Amino acid sequence: MAVLIFLIPIAIGLGLAGLFAFMWTLKSGQYDDLEGAKWRILADDDLPAGKSPCDGAKDAAAPAKDA
Amino acid sequence: MNAPSPSPEPPNVASSQERDWNAFATPGVEGRLHMDLAVEGITCAACMSTIERGLKGLDGVAAARVNLTTRRLAVDWSPDAVDAGEIVRRLERLGYRAHPFDPGRMTAEEEAESKELLRCMGAAGFGAMNIMLLSVSVWAGNATDIDAPTRDLFHWISALIAIPVVAYSGRPFFRSAARALAAFRTNMDVPISIGVVLTLGLSIFETMRSSREAFFDSVVMLLFFLLVGRFLDQNMRRRTRSVAENIAALRVESAALIQPDGAIRDVPLSKVDPGALVLVRPGERVSVDGVVEEGTSDIDQSLITGETDLVAVGPGDRVWAGTLDVGGLLKVRVTAAAAGTLLDEVNRLLEAAAQAKSKYMRLADRAARLYAPVVHTAALTTFLGWWLLGGKAFADAGIVAVSVLIITCPCALALAIPAVQVVASGILFRAGVLIHSGDAIERLASVDTIVFDKTGTLTLPEARLLNAEEFTVERLMAAGRLARASRHPLGVALAEATRAVAPPAEVREVAGHGIETVGDGPSERLGAPEFCGLDPERVEALHARFPGASLVAHRDASGDVVVCALRQGLREDAAKLIADLAASGYAVEILSGDREAAVAAVAAEIGVTRWRAGLKPADKIARIEALKAEGRRVLMVGDGLNDAPALAAATVSLSPVTGVHLSQAAADAVFLGDRLAPVVAALRVSRRAKTAMVQNLGLSVVYNFVAVPIAVVGLVTPLIAALAMSGSSILVTLNALRLRLGETR
Repeated sequence: MAVLIFLIPIAIGLGLAGLFAFMWTLKSGQYDDLEGAKWRILADDDLPAGKSPCDGAKDAAAPAKDA
Repeated sequence: MNAPSPSPEPPNVASSQERDWNAFATPGVEGRLHMDLAVEGITCAACMSTIERGLKGLDGVAAARVNLTTRRLAVDWSPDAVDAGEIVRRLERLGYRAHPFDPGRMTAEEEAESKELLRCMGAAGFGAMNIMLLSVSVWAGNATDIDAPTRDLFHWISALIAIPVVAYSGRPFFRSAARALAAFRTNMDVPISIGVVLTLGLSIFETMRSSREAFFDSVVMLLFFLLVGRFLDQNMRRRTRSVAENIAALRVESAALIQPDGAIRDVPLSKVDPGALVLVRPGERVSVDGVVEEGTSDIDQSLITGETDLVAVGPGDRVWAGTLDVGGLLKVRVTAAAAGTLLDEVNRLLEAAAQAKSKYMRLADRAARLYAPVVHTAALTTFLGWWLLGGKAFADAGIVAVSVLIITCPCALALAIPAVQVVASGILFRAGVLIHSGDAIERLASVDTIVFDKTGTLTLPEARLLNAEEFTVERLMAAGRLARASRHPLGVALAEATRAVAPPAEVREVAGHGIETVGDGPSERLGAPEFCGLDPERVEALHARFPGASLVAHRDASGDVVVCALRQGLREDAAKLIADLAASGYAVEILSGDREAAVAAVAAEIGVTRWRAGLKPADKIARIEALKAEGRRVLMVGDGLNDAPALAAATVSLSPVTGVHLSQAAADAVFLGDRLAPVVAALRVSRRAKTAMVQNLGLSVVYNFVAVPIAVVGLVTPLIAALAMSGSSILVTLNALRLRLGETR
């Protein structure tokens, strides 16, 4: 049963890692707006500035043409 | 900035003074300014990106983030590049009206409490899972061939996890229990805390003497479940509260500050200093403590003193924050640093709403209060009985006693009512009804008679002017200016229709009749045709010309009288609502202060046979009292200043979000939107909620009657007790959640 000496600390360490990750997400305000978060993944805010989402759909069809 | 033309922006003409937006900003990082706004009209994700893109397009705006859950916007900007007013104007061009929060009012307390609960929950979850991992191994090992040193090692590791986790995650319960004990009371946290600490101590003792069982898993699991329940409950209250705060921002807890140059600007209360001059309009709550400088009026102090008679005030008299100006315009010199006063009142109302516990809730609480000593005595008796008489070892007797304590933990009993209230208020929230007081749900469930106000309740609040072409522009503006000083829905509609600004310096509201100017020479009057001295034949002729319309007469200083005909549209689902209510067996009645013909027309259109017209506020109360004396439970739905006393007198009351401040303060719930459907939803949901509350109380009482004897006899280990207790709480919660079935849309 000597393997327990490794396994238990690993298990607890993983648990602690999860706990710290949770504390971090909480602290950085990731639960403040659960409603908005699910829509933000759909927002094209990584497109170049000045393009509306509607242009984005058009551009996405032919992405490489305009430089 | 310049006083003479106070409306530079056409869309803003509704408010006759400009708001000082910079006064709502707070300093942020790197010299930037920060502002939180409640934004009207955010409905979907598209609005979120429109607003954020639109604002980030402005030079100097560093960050703009919409919170879709709370419908709020946080903006950070550099003051040298852009002005707060510019940001708000950009929002308006995008199609959204913003309402600022008073920076002095933004409290992070609830937020912090919720985060603490989440942190505790996270820690308890971590502990529960890791200890369970070890416990399952021990249980498996106990059934097969685990050796004692390994088992002890597992127990000690469990103890090492459980002790800090309990110390950390148990704090919300320990604190509350300590507070209760310090005040010589008990609450449900006392048995929880005692149970948790005892079980933990017992488990350590068991581990030290290297026994086969320890109960670290039960303790931490129990904490975890309790925290989950507490977080859900707190989350719901926080959500209702944030909406209430948005509405409060929309209704602006600000003061109309008269600046030295004469301009009037709305500023947050925290920016009003003693010595400042503040304008108070009829129908508004006085927002500051101060002395009247100019104007005369009647003040309703009932909220402060409980006295219902109106108090006449004039120059030199004191007024207090939270009282209601029902008469004329007042200029008030601020004496107290006012930031606290109205704030306190509003908070008191909110607190009262959060704390108001229903009849059943109080019953459950009282039960818990009786219950705690009984439980502790039972546990102690069990322990002594087994130890001294039953011949068990000290520790084994302790385990039985702890089982009794855990299994009788009054969670189910204490959850029975709040769980239903949380679920029901969540359903109502989605249906557009915001409950002010906790027991409103139960009172709503008992209603058998519904009384509607007509103006602004059955009809939409905005009336249209039907005969504008009959008057000269000057005459219309004169009437509009006077109307601007009125808070009566018809006055507001007339003022909106004429787009008039700059009300006369001093006006007096003659309750139930209209308003008149006060000053030298003949007065101007606006109000009922009779009030302005119009002869009855002309009134009849006008009624015949504009059937169902309300007439507002204006008499100018020369004695010439003109009559504006205003008519309001019915809310679109009013007829359907009345039909639904009648079908469900409710008696429906209309009590209106309006003219008989107008009320009759509306009543006929929506199919109400019992109605009364031309009622003064006192008549409405009298009618409601009469109904109550007949043994009826009355729901009053009304919005106006004249409805407020009736709203308070009724068994339970609802007010549309467009109603005046006072009505909403007097009502038990506020409903949103242009439709009346929320009224039906409120009645239906509350009836179902009450059934669920009764079932839940029954369930928890039966559960305890069955479980306690089994625990006393010693047939239950602490683990099973913890599972059973959680099971009963879950059962009660599930029964509450059942309410949601059939409410999905």
